[in-house]
Amino acid sequence: MSPRVGVITFPGSLDDKDAVRAVRLAGGESVSLWHAEADLHSVDAVVLPGGFSYGDYLRCGAIAKFAPVMEKLVDAANGGLPVLGICNGFQVLTESHLLPGALTRNDHLHFICRDQKLRIENNSSMWTADFEIGQEILIPLKNGEGGYVADEKTLDQLEGEGLVIARYLELNPNGSRRDIAGITNARGNVVGIMPHPEHAVENLTGPTTDGLGFFTSLLTSLVNNGKVSA
Amino acid sequence: MSIDTVANASSSPKTSQPFAELGLKKDEYRSIREILGRRPTSSELAMYSVMWSEHCSYKSSKVHLRQFGTKVPANDSMLVGIGENAGVVDIGQGWAVTFKVESHNHPSYVEPYQGAATGIGGIVRDIISMGARPVAVMDPLRFGDPENPDTRRVLTGIVSGIGGYGNCLGLPNIGGEIVFDSSYQGNPLVNALCVGTMKHEDIHLAKATGLGYAVILYGARTGGDGIGGVSVLASETFDADGPAKRPSVQVGDPFMEKLLIECTLEVLHAGLVEGIQDLGGAGISCATSELASNGEGGMHVWLDRVLLRDSTLSPEEILMSESQERMCAVVEPSKIDAFMAVCKKWDVEAVVIGEVNNSGRLTVEWHGEEIVNVPPRSVAHDGPVYERPYARPDWMDVRQASGPENLVRPKSAAEVKQTWLTMTGTPNLASKSWVTSQFDRYVMGNTVLAQPEDSGMIRVDEKTGLGVAVSTDCNARFAALDPYKGAQLALAESYRNVAVTGAKPLAVTNCLNFGSPEDPAVMWQFEQAVTGLADACLVMGTPVTGGNVSFYNQTGEVAIHPTPVIGVLGVIQDVDRRTPMAWKLDGELVYVLGTTRDEFAGSEWAHAIHKHLGGLPPVLNLQSEMTLAEILVAGSRDGFFAAAHDVSEGGIAQTIAEMAMCSGVGVRLEVPTDLDAFTFLWSESAARAIVVVPQDRNDEFLALCESKAFPVTKIGSVDSLSSCVELAGVFGETIILDIEELRTISEETLPRLFG
Amino acid sequence: MTNVIVNVALKQEILDPQGRAIVGALGRLGLSGVADVRQGKQFVLNIDGEIDSAKLAQIHEIASTLLSNPVIEDFTVEVQG
Repeated sequence: MSPRVGVITFPGSLDDKDAVRAVRLAGGESVSLWHAEADLHSVDAVVLPGGFSYGDYLRCGAIAKFAPVMEKLVDAANGGLPVLGICNGFQVLTESHLLPGALTRNDHLHFICRDQKLRIENNSSMWTADFEIGQEILIPLKNGEGGYVADEKTLDQLEGEGLVIARYLELNPNGSRRDIAGITNARGNVVGIMPHPEHAVENLTGPTTDGLGFFTSLLTSLVNNGKVSA
Repeated sequence: MSIDTVANASSSPKTSQPFAELGLKKDEYRSIREILGRRPTSSELAMYSVMWSEHCSYKSSKVHLRQFGTKVPANDSMLVGIGENAGVVDIGQGWAVTFKVESHNHPSYVEPYQGAATGIGGIVRDIISMGARPVAVMDPLRFGDPENPDTRRVLTGIVSGIGGYGNCLGLPNIGGEIVFDSSYQGNPLVNALCVGTMKHEDIHLAKATGLGYAVILYGARTGGDGIGGVSVLASETFDADGPAKRPSVQVGDPFMEKLLIECTLEVLHAGLVEGIQDLGGAGISCATSELASNGEGGMHVWLDRVLLRDSTLSPEEILMSESQERMCAVVEPSKIDAFMAVCKKWDVEAVVIGEVNNSGRLTVEWHGEEIVNVPPRSVAHDGPVYERPYARPDWMDVRQASGPENLVRPKSAAEVKQTWLTMTGTPNLASKSWVTSQFDRYVMGNTVLAQPEDSGMIRVDEKTGLGVAVSTDCNARFAALDPYKGAQLALAESYRNVAVTGAKPLAVTNCLNFGSPEDPAVMWQFEQAVTGLADACLVMGTPVTGGNVSFYNQTGEVAIHPTPVIGVLGVIQDVDRRTPMAWKLDGELVYVLGTTRDEFAGSEWAHAIHKHLGGLPPVLNLQSEMTLAEILVAGSRDGFFAAAHDVSEGGIAQTIAEMAMCSGVGVRLEVPTDLDAFTFLWSESAARAIVVVPQDRNDEFLALCESKAFPVTKIGSVDSLSSCVELAGVFGETIILDIEELRTISEETLPRLFG
Repeated sequence: MTNVIVNVALKQEILDPQGRAIVGALGRLGLSGVADVRQGKQFVLNIDGEIDSAKLAQIHEIASTLLSNPVIEDFTVEVQG
């Protein structure tokens, strides 16, 4: 029985179909979740995909956080459900306060799409379990509002507790504080990442297949937690 | 405010009407009166003024464009030909592809961001109205002198607009062009291409059939955007004072367009729609008259039902409004509820504004009074057709006689090396990644090749690997030297770019950008280019599926170079077999396919180093282009090529530099004995490509070339231990260029100018 | 009908790259002595009837949850007229 991973579509979500593909290639079964339906359909995990939900109007992710499905999601996440927020999904997670900090306009004011080198710094989260600490990966990044910010106290806490899961290498593409590309909550079930692992799952269309690790990690973690059978 | 009704118009024939301010000529106004048998109402006048404008009616170009319909090459892949919103091509396995390129030139000079953004919006809606899901966009862009401050204003706005709109829609940007020439200083060219895919059974046409069927307007509310945009902006030239025509520019909402895409595809796939049309230039006037013309022949519209953003709009303004993100669907009455339910799901507003009938008339009422009663064909199809005078201008003789023979060439190995470094950094040849990295190339996960590769390639079928490749090209300098040959060379280049990546060219779209059709010299350029393109398409077997004409690209008396942008679409059976640009392995052999001659007229070298334009463009041999393409496609399919890249602007020097920068790995080359180094490096002879062949496929490759009697010259091999391009035989010496130095030079130009 | 103006601004310690770009542009346009520019947002809520204290409290709540992100932004509320 493959683990069932929900992928939420908001009006304006763009990388939902790519997330579905990544789940499938990793060996999971994807379940499409509609923003207006307050029902997670008993999935084992949820992905909040990239895109421009609600056109990024007001602030990225600000309107999506009030969608009916989000109330259910916040409760489930607080109860331990694994949630991965990619790019716009990361923005929704910070707006919903499931993760600390906020994402702001890139410091150079341009949208940037590039293949970005990252270093994985935490492999105890449910979405990074298959990586080695210090492992360098190359996955696409594409955003206009990707600068991670938080006050010094929060940043120190994230560092101190080892909650930074990935950091930018070689080039900081958006002005994120402390080169932070992704973080996890303390429990390790909620992860937000700015670059796009779902675009690095096939050699044909991505720079590498390094992104698959995020999705296989989930499957590994679910098996280890006894949530699904191997 | 009293409404000018049909009854009123019938009874007041002498009322003076502002037809000139609306862009209509006196004889056109007289024509309308004859068609109607009375004076037009002000609403009817508004409709005719927008629909009969150059941009909408193609009145100056129709007589020449007819050739695309008469000189159609025999082919079995066209499912929908010229005349519809976009052409549709069969690519096999039950899949069809639609593609089209359009222009949004004048609005982009006035308001660069919105002009470019709404250009994308418009072409995407053309594609979805054919029943296809848009899967990629490309942008051929042309700007003025890079050092002129206004170029910065225009370029940065346009690039932001394309990214801002396209990225939000979720369409990967897979290619295009960026060309600088002072010819475009006051008239930047913003052409936008969109590709869509669908299954054969999904093809939809823009017609209103079905008596009693509802006409539903859905999408954004109607406001005062771009009123008279087409007639005022695109059909007259700018005066030399610059962008004063501010109020007519349309503003785009990409989020609404994304909802429109999803909503439209859902109603199409659910079989709820009989006919569909997008609202572009001339808005409701266009959609209703075109739908009515193509269907049962009649339609009644209740204009007061249109949902408005601005309640102060008059009926004339509503008819002319170019508010973005609106579509029109023809729906059978029993399916209206289901249609509305899908719209509600996507939060898209929709309202029934009309009904199909067989009256043979398009009638519009406003709060119970009839304000429009016209024969729809007269508005949409039977507009004026001009036979504009055209004549080869005398200055062409001077231009063609002043060739580049006397331009000073590099005289030593050191000068050749310096020229190579300098050329690599000139704006037209420099890396465009500063621009293209502002566009999403990854969304949808099917992008197999994107800029700087020769074509943009999209995987269509995930199971079988079936894919399509598209390229857009035009060397406007060649067209300025000889518009007939220039258009053919543009087709050849685009055809070559598709083939070099391994796809078989199938069909053509075009965006014809020219000056004022009222200038006989410009009209001659247009006639020559269209004829050249039609003749070449016939020989090459690639039909023109549709396209766009943009006239009046001139400021004052000076027209832009004739710029016929040609888009070619090709099919590849398995995208895994595509040929990329970067060589990889030590010892791979590097060949030039084709013949290099001393041909520098219109070349980038003559332009960049000597600011020279004169002479005759390179020799064109369509048969050679086709044979070259056969070799490139066959070689790709059979795995002969580790890499390949076409030769065009900047000659072999640029081709090698680009391949080296892409791969990061060195190469050792030698100038062929029958050529001098300068000609070898910078000539722009056509029908050439550089290919890189693994040693174990070498014999088969050479046998293929021999079987086709196509010239092939070995020039060297890949050296994976080197980080340099080495070229021997340069004035008796070997020159060495460091690849990272080339990269620095190439990548710093655009950010320095525009960052 | 009453207009309620909600002004939202980035907190002082948050980098404002748009404001910084504007400072540069002002300099190029010849306006000297500009120490800093901060770019914010203004929401004009056109609301039926009077704004009593309950409604005002509701507006404040909405300003702090929807119209602004308290992690990086501050807001003020002003009732016109």
